[in-house]
Amino acid sequence: MKALAARLRERRWVWSFAGALVVWLITVISAGGRGAGATLTAGLGFAAFYVMAGMGQMLVVAAGPGNIDLSIPAVMTLAGYLAIGAMHGDPSMLWLGIVVVLAVGGSVGLINVGLIKIARVPPMVATLSAGFIMQSITIAYSKTTTAKPPGILMQFAVGRTMGIPWIAIVLIVAAAILGLVMSRSVFGRDLLAVGQSERAAYLAGIPTRRITTIVYVASSLLAAVTGLLLAAYSGGAALDMSSDFLLMSIAVVVIGGTSITGGRVSAAGIWGGSLFLYLMSTMLNVLGLGAGVRYGLTGVIIIAVLALSEDHAPI
Amino acid sequence: MLRLSARIAPALRGAGLPFLPVLALTIMVIGMGIMQPRATSYIGLQLILRFVPPMIFAALAQLCVITASDIDFGIGPFISLVNCIAATLLSSHPALCFLLLAAGVAAYGAMGAFIQIRRLPSIVVTLGASFIWLGLALLIMPTPAGSAPDWLVALAHWRAPYLPLPILVGVLAAIFSQWFFRMSSYGVVLRGLGSAPPFLRDAGWSLVVARSALYALAGLFGVISGLMLTALISSGDANVGTPYTLLSVAAVIVGGSSFTGGVISPIGAVVGAFIMLLTGVLLSFTPISSDWQLSVQGLLLLLVLGLRALSRRHA
Repeated sequence: MKALAARLRERRWVWSFAGALVVWLITVISAGGRGAGATLTAGLGFAAFYVMAGMGQMLVVAAGPGNIDLSIPAVMTLAGYLAIGAMHGDPSMLWLGIVVVLAVGGSVGLINVGLIKIARVPPMVATLSAGFIMQSITIAYSKTTTAKPPGILMQFAVGRTMGIPWIAIVLIVAAAILGLVMSRSVFGRDLLAVGQSERAAYLAGIPTRRITTIVYVASSLLAAVTGLLLAAYSGGAALDMSSDFLLMSIAVVVIGGTSITGGRVSAAGIWGGSLFLYLMSTMLNVLGLGAGVRYGLTGVIIIAVLALSEDHAPI
Repeated sequence: MLRLSARIAPALRGAGLPFLPVLALTIMVIGMGIMQPRATSYIGLQLILRFVPPMIFAALAQLCVITASDIDFGIGPFISLVNCIAATLLSSHPALCFLLLAAGVAAYGAMGAFIQIRRLPSIVVTLGASFIWLGLALLIMPTPAGSAPDWLVALAHWRAPYLPLPILVGVLAAIFSQWFFRMSSYGVVLRGLGSAPPFLRDAGWSLVVARSALYALAGLFGVISGLMLTALISSGDANVGTPYTLLSVAAVIVGGSSFTGGVISPIGAVVGAFIMLLTGVLLSFTPISSDWQLSVQGLLLLLVLGLRALSRRHA
């Protein structure tokens, strides 16, 4: 029993999956047993978007206290609009859409790093301000375009094999790779070392600046791809399509067992956290409760998870 | 000019006036007078600056939290919640309304104690709390509705002798907050929480009480801000406060306070609130579309922080 408790403490992500299972069961039972499979596959499909943005947020959060990427929602919307606009519904222009996504993600990531490392602006203000500038650009651009995504991209975004969304399969593989990178690769170990103590990591010869650059650029790139796929999934970009993702990208990471003060991560937990939060909103819908309860409960759960975790930042 | 400013700046700082923000505000007011002479009359200022008072108190709420080297990402939605409570209950059940608002202030105090006891990063706790405020606001008021009592509306449109009301509110708020934080003895203790918490603890002060007091004060300023906003818009809207989160941070920082170390300027925060509002006003006098307002405000914040980092490096 003690050994089990110790293992559970080590593998906190198990809790997020347990939570997801509980809310799924409540949903199924209160719906009279109908739609059990459909709820789950819909959950997998939508949670995949949270996972994609959450993976980037996890990399940034892993880099230590204060590191957080608040530009994710703005990057998503901007990349979604610009890429869909560039392709103009033409499948042969798919390459251009991908180039636009990489350019938006890469440049915002570099701007964030420049503000944080060169101008010494605190990460949350740097990423938030950069995000507001992106948001203005998106608002101004959105008035000039109403393009639909190319059919091939829509098919990929909504495609399923045996009921399982393709995006979910891709993201399960991606999360598994990210988990291996964090636990086995030199980069992963270096990143965790930076997260535990940047100064000690620097003195140990770890290229801390390069690590920070990689995580912020990776986060923006993942956000840009998420934006494109979400726009393709919903048949076009919309100004409010990413409004949930500021809190959600952080929430899925924290609920999944990643330490918000850095130095400890769980890639599997991102899936657990995403499934939990998506299935919870389904459950509340089935129970006939509205957006107010959903927002309130999400906030309560995040704070409760923080309270139960044993992270203590130094004074 | 340079030599003159080198002599004026220390004198102004000695009087507790932040030099650069005051200079920037003066230039903005002169610019506004040149572009639109009528805007600088008593009536013109009363009209143009009418949204300054809620901004000032949002900035002062953020200032309290920044004094503790924390940041409040939930102040905007909290102001929305106050707005929804007031628009629903203030006319019909004033006692219940004030009871609920007092509970909001208490919740803020409890949040401060919680952050101190569990040593949690304020950004995630306040972000989680922001969803609780938003959820509650949506529960009270799913769609914009409600009204403000006549006495509150009359108060907001009162024609004060000599000074337009927004400027009068600004002067009084600046004098009070400057006295409280810079001159009163407990104000010094509270600033110590941001600069040297171990010393404060060794001197026998409770860190839990100090942080809780700062957060409760932030909640109180948030309530005042929400009531002033209700008086101006005369209805309740669960999303009306959202912009105040970034604007309050920007006002405090543009006004000369630092994110860490308890180095704050209460007068600067009030001046910063005027500056943030006037950027929008000045932009509306130019042919530039108001879509870019967010960009201008974000850039202004980054510019101030970047310049400050540069001057530190040269010093």
